[in-house]
Parts: sequence; structure tokens; C-alpha cells
Amino acid sequence: MKADSDILITLAVQFAIMSMLALGGANAVVPEMHRQAVELRAWMTEREFADMFAISQAAPGPNVMIVTLIGYHVAGLGGAVVATLAMCGPTAVLAHFLGRTWDGFKDEPWRVIVQAGLVPISVGLVGASAIVLTQTTVHNWVAVVMAVATAATAYWTRWNPLWLIGIAGLAGLAGLV
Amino acid sequence: MPEVAAPPPSDAPIPSHADLFFAFFKITLSGFGGTLPWTRRMFVEQKRWLTAHEFNDLYALCQFLPGPNIVNLTAVFGSRMRGPTGAMAAWAGFLLVPFCVMVVAAVLYERYGDVDAVRRVLGGIAPAAAGLIIATVVKMAAPVFRGVSPEPFVLLATASAIGLMRWPLLWVLIVLAPTSIGLAWWVRR
Repeated sequence: MKADSDILITLAVQFAIMSMLALGGANAVVPEMHRQAVELRAWMTEREFADMFAISQAAPGPNVMIVTLIGYHVAGLGGAVVATLAMCGPTAVLAHFLGRTWDGFKDEPWRVIVQAGLVPISVGLVGASAIVLTQTTVHNWVAVVMAVATAATAYWTRWNPLWLIGIAGLAGLAGLV
Repeated sequence: MPEVAAPPPSDAPIPSHADLFFAFFKITLSGFGGTLPWTRRMFVEQKRWLTAHEFNDLYALCQFLPGPNIVNLTAVFGSRMRGPTGAMAAWAGFLLVPFCVMVVAAVLYERYGDVDAVRRVLGGIAPAAAGLIIATVVKMAAPVFRGVSPEPFVLLATASAIGLMRWPLLWVLIVLAPTSIGLAWWVRR
């Protein structure tokens, strides 16, 4: 059981750190999840990571729930609980405390400057996610077309992304990818 | 402890713990593909717990905070209405359904992930899901590249360090976050 508790502690610590570094939301830390789960700890293959990301985008609920899939894969139901709590708990506590003082500092010049400074970083982090996910999921020309077509449709139309996910899934089932 | 930091509009009573739990519970049931619009609709238009202005202010705070924005929003809102236990009620109401859905998905994936049809569906969805993130980043990046500022360089440095070099997030942020905040201060001086 020693090994099991070790892995739960690793999940708790790594996801808690990641949640505090997730500037701009869960999509910002996808590359760090990939680095930890695939490169550093070999918890899963590239393909499994890509699958879990795909499931988290297709399923209802916020994208952050990919951590539940990773936690389950690594350590079963206990891992799912620990990973979810670690990713969604610490910043909620911070939110509770800052929510009480927000009115006191929201108009301060330093708050505006800090937030302005963090904007290009959070966009850069989502950009890094796009790079890592493209490298992980796009392995042939059909997949390139699929990624570009989805990106273009999501950018220029107001379709619910779920339709795009559904079409992509059917195209995959039909053996096009 | 002060009960209410931002008083709700006078025509709505302060929600109870059960109200908070079930409000967020219902949002996750309807929020297939993006929960924010549903949250706004329920809070501002249906329950009238917040004015549109208060909702925007709440969301601004959640964008300022690290971590999943919408999860933070549950905590801030619950906390403002009913203190720490209100935060927990809202938070739990919001996470319960997605957590159960994901556990079911995980069980199914571990069992059937290698079935040929499942492989093909996921193989189709994965590049499309990457495409959605690409669209998100293009939308987010457009205002950063407008005008003359150091922001595009910070953006590209962050994306390269994490996406191409695959450096650890913690170290990249320790270097780049203060640099970027310093630059933001310097251009506004």
C-alpha cells in the first residue's frame, strides 16, 4: 500500500501546485499536465493523454475535469477524488478569501498592472496548450484538415463546439482519420 | 464575519445553502458545452441574485484568480452569500455531476479504450479538440497584438518556453510573471 499512498500524495501535490499556476484557467496547464503525466512520470502514453483530453472536451462540465480522468487512470477512484480536489480546492479557498477583500483593492493601480501583466502570459500558456495538443493529436494529413476545419469553424461561427466534436467523432468512426 | 460583501438586488432573498447547491447542480445539468452563459442566465435573469454589473465584477475577480475560473466563481459567490459553508455548498453542487460523469467515462475508457470503434471516434475527436483550443488562442491573442507594447513578446516567450521547449511551468512563471508585470508597469508609468 506504500506505493499507492505515495502516488496519491504525488497527485495531490502536483495538481495543487498546478491549480495555483493556472493563470487564465484550466487550458493554461494542459502542457504541464502532459509534462508530468507523460514525460516525467510515464503514467500514460501520448495516445492515452490525447484520448483523455478529447473525452474532457466532449463530456459535459468544465474542461478542468481532465484531471479526474488522469487521477482515475493513475490510481483508481481514490486517484480521481484526490486529483479533482487538488485541482479545484486550493484556488476555491483562495477565491473565498480574496472575494471578501476584492472590493478593497479592485480599483488599486497595482491590481490593474498585475492583471495587465498576466494577460499575455495566460494567452501564451493557452498557445502552448495548442502547440502541445497539436503535436500530440495530429499525426496525418486528415487530422491536420480536421484540426484546421474545427479551428476555423469555431473562430468564424457561433456554433456550439459540441457539434464540431460530434462531427469529428463521426468522421473518425467512418475511418476518415 | 460579514455575511454579504455585495448585497444582492433587493427583490431576491439571500439563497440558502440548499439553494446554492441545487442552483449550481442544475447549471451543470444544462451546461453542456460551456457553463458560463448558463450561470449568468440563472443568476442574473432567473433568480435575480445578482445584477448584470455585479456578475461582471464577480467574473473579473475569478479571472484575476489562478485556477479554473468557473470553479472559483462558485466559491466566491457561495462565500458572499453564506460564508465558507456557502462556498462549499456551491462548489460541491457544481462539481458533483461533472465528477460522476468523468468517473463513468474513466471506467468505460479503461475497459473499452482499445476497442476499434472507440479508437476511431477518439482519433477523430482529438484533433478537433486541439482545433478548438487553437481557435480560443487566436481569439484571445488578437487584442494582445493590437498597438505597440511588450505584450506580444511576453506571449511568444511563454508559448515557446512551455509549448516548444517543454520547460517546467513553475520556473517559467517565476521568471516571466514578474518580468511581464514589470513591463506592464513600465509602459504605464
